[in-house]
Amino acid sequence: MTSVTLSVNGRQHVVEVEPRRTLADVLRDDLGLHGTHLGCEHGVCGACTVLVDGDPTRACLLFAVQCQDSSITTIEGLSKDGALHPVQQAFTDNFGLQCGFCTPGFIMLLVGALESHSVGNDEDLVEVLSSNLCRCTGYRSILQAAKQAAAELQAGAGKGAR
Amino acid sequence: MKPSPFDYLAPGDLDEALGALAEHEGEAKVLAGGQSLVPAMNFRLATPSVLVDLNRIEGLAEVRVGDGELVIQSLVRHRDLEIPATEDATALLLARVSRLVGHLPIRVRGTVAGSLAHADPAAEWCMLAVALDATIVARSVRGTRRIAANEFFEGLFTTALAEDEIITEVRLPLLGNAGTGFREKSQTAGDFATVATIAACTLDDGIVADARLAIAGAGATPVRANRAESLLVAREATPDAIAVASRAAAEDVEPSSDASTSADYRRHLVEVLARRALDDALEAAS
Repeated sequence: MTSVTLSVNGRQHVVEVEPRRTLADVLRDDLGLHGTHLGCEHGVCGACTVLVDGDPTRACLLFAVQCQDSSITTIEGLSKDGALHPVQQAFTDNFGLQCGFCTPGFIMLLVGALESHSVGNDEDLVEVLSSNLCRCTGYRSILQAAKQAAAELQAGAGKGAR
Repeated sequence: MKPSPFDYLAPGDLDEALGALAEHEGEAKVLAGGQSLVPAMNFRLATPSVLVDLNRIEGLAEVRVGDGELVIQSLVRHRDLEIPATEDATALLLARVSRLVGHLPIRVRGTVAGSLAHADPAAEWCMLAVALDATIVARSVRGTRRIAANEFFEGLFTTALAEDEIITEVRLPLLGNAGTGFREKSQTAGDFATVATIAACTLDDGIVADARLAIAGAGATPVRANRAESLLVAREATPDAIAVASRAAAEDVEPSSDASTSADYRRHLVEVLARRALDDALEAAS
């Protein structure tokens, strides 16, 4: 067992973990943050996507012991003072979810892409979204939500907000 | 599934990492980006008893240009190459290739050196290394050696790298103002290539002075289309010449069939994608 200090959604957690346990397992089983979903466990479906130092990252392909000194954000850490993050709000407004299993992964993917990486146009957005799978196949409304969120975050960035 | 148990080592410098690999030779694996290794561990296709994590080592994540080469160190991520380091054709080609390696979350963590060490037959970086005659610099406690790309890839997921070695640098020659082409067909966006091709050509007064053509996804390792290249050199770059060379490239590969793709279809893709990559390269060179 190894002792690791994880910084998750701005809070420090000291956990004793076996090195083989992934960040996704520790978030869910040790910290009780069940919003991070585990689908394929080999990096294909994207359901476990979280932010590690701002970058969208597959939490099933990262061991928790690697995350000492990293800042992790999960779906639970997005809303501020009861207000949804613009990407969450956009998913609500555009019916961007059906069963909801893939939704946290899609939202974290988009937050990371829109806040830390350049996403120029709709084609770039489609490319970003192609990273994750929705087995309800609700991609049209997910893309619609992504477009709204991108427009809002870019307008916000122009005003120096967020 | 979950990986089998292992001891995790996170050395603070390269010598310590090399020492750990030597000590646990045959049982240890190097962890860089982990975007291929960790899935293999989750499936228990890989069951190392020791993992040597390079990510705590400073000074291993540089891209630099010098002595006619572009040098990529161990921890350079796919994403780091999306913005070209210079205006040289090599850097511009890397930028185009990097955008088709996996998806954004894979690209922010996965490394070029790791991709070469993994040696997936459809991997873009392995094909690029073969196309450009890259040199792979490998270090161990025994010393440093330089391995030519054409001797590095030995078979399916098999390389010349010894179990106690770490790739410290991937050195790619600068192509100057050569024209390049990169074409890929994959089942879905971000997926591994079914077949991919890279071409790099220079022209001298309308005559092909140098031609490189590499193919991934049509055999156990990426290959150079030697006969296609020699069919082009010292000739005018006409559509006919390009078509003849592309056909030769398709005749010379040895693809196999799998559940999704027949060998015949792969061979067809080689011809089409070789032609398109050569078209792009020769047009850019003129």
